[in-house]
Amino acid sequence: MENIIDIMHLNKSFGSHEVLRDINFSVKEGEVVCVIGSSGSGKSTLLRCINLLESPTGGKILYKGQDILDQGHNLNTYRTHLGMVFQQFNLFNNCDVLSNCMVGPIKVLKRPKEEAKEVAMKYLKVVGMDRYKNARPHQLSGGQKQRVAIARALSMQPDALLFDEPTSALDPEMVGEVLKVMKELANLGLTMIIVTHEMEFAREVSDRIVFMDQGIIVEDGKPEEVFNQPKNERTRAFLQRA
Amino acid sequence: MSLEWFIEIIVNNWPMFLRGAWMTLLIATVGTIFGALIGLIIGIIHTIPKSKSRIKRVFLKCVSIILSVYVEFFRGTPMIVQAMVVYFGSDLIFHIDMNRTFAAMFIVSVNTGAYMAEIVRGGIISIDNGQFEAARAIGMNHWQTMVHVVLPQVMRNILPATSNQYIMNIKDTSVLNVIGVTELFFQTKTIAGNNFRYFESFFVACILYMIMNIIVTQILRYFERKLAGNATYQLIDNQEMLRGQKAS
Repeated sequence: MENIIDIMHLNKSFGSHEVLRDINFSVKEGEVVCVIGSSGSGKSTLLRCINLLESPTGGKILYKGQDILDQGHNLNTYRTHLGMVFQQFNLFNNCDVLSNCMVGPIKVLKRPKEEAKEVAMKYLKVVGMDRYKNARPHQLSGGQKQRVAIARALSMQPDALLFDEPTSALDPEMVGEVLKVMKELANLGLTMIIVTHEMEFAREVSDRIVFMDQGIIVEDGKPEEVFNQPKNERTRAFLQRA
Repeated sequence: MSLEWFIEIIVNNWPMFLRGAWMTLLIATVGTIFGALIGLIIGIIHTIPKSKSRIKRVFLKCVSIILSVYVEFFRGTPMIVQAMVVYFGSDLIFHIDMNRTFAAMFIVSVNTGAYMAEIVRGGIISIDNGQFEAARAIGMNHWQTMVHVVLPQVMRNILPATSNQYIMNIKDTSVLNVIGVTELFFQTKTIAGNNFRYFESFFVACILYMIMNIIVTQILRYFERKLAGNATYQLIDNQEMLRGQKAS
């Protein structure tokens, strides 16, 4: 299958602090990759570099074979191909649930309103939030907000979804409903890159696990391999703690 | 002073008072609306992210310096002086014979704009960075982010400050009598000049200013409340759904 994202020799530093060092990895179409590792290991930064919310200080990012760090590449168009789900949901506070899912398709993708509404309702149904279409973000619980955020990302019909610790800001009883939705999406064959602390979930849904520590990818392999026979000492230590 | 005098002044001069009040309201309203627009546009420009291209960076720097000069000039000088400078200056330097009403609206607009620029800047800073990131993540450019996501929230947040500015404008248009705009203060001065009842005439003006401000305040409060919305969302089929969840 085709590679959607190829990352080559990616570096990122904030000032003199190196957060990512020589990162190499690719994501194939339909693959679910979970990125795990302790706090401060650079997982979130890696994810944010992929859709260029952070600009890398070195290396290449290829999207379907095209170098997107190339001058003249339209970043905004590129970002429409990747959906992002944030830890803090970041729903647009000025829009209700339905508009949150429609504003991108209408204003950025220039889709007709009717079509955008149809697509938005379809994905709101997938995440089970269609009955809340007229609710405002502040009227929803954390889990509901995150499900709307997932629907918003899906409504752009992206090639891949990026999840940045989607359940870390949720109350324990709401984690389940979000993970359930994400599992369904994985079963639908969507390409997903998930930064998470939910080890059980990672083991269950992912085709590949990437373990990061201190800004480098320490281990990259099938979940059974990484969880059952980790090659690296650091991975072992982390998994024992987790 | 007696009550009869009072009533007599109102009865004899009410068309003039009303014309003055109308003019005051018109100038203050137009000034506040255009001032707010100026403030929003400056807010958008001030928050444009740094471009990679050098030419764009330099250009943006120049624009931002010009805007700072504008804000500092109009915030740093009294409106009464600005009125004189703009009205007589435009005639002397550019040979434009400005319509007085237009001049008045222009001065109040640019003056309000200078204040609103700062209010909007504060409003944009107060918006959570996650809103900007979420907008960028779905591919919005700076303009789209501002217009569809950030500014609607900013406008809601700055509504109380804008109301304040509006009320100040209603009162401060009185200084425009120096360029002969027929607003409420100017009209009252004319009336008092005819009947020599200064206290009574200006007391009527006082009441008119107050009525205008109370009405404006109430209207804007209504909008504030309306924009705040409900704290909870009532699902019509809430119970049904809960039952459904338990069953599954």
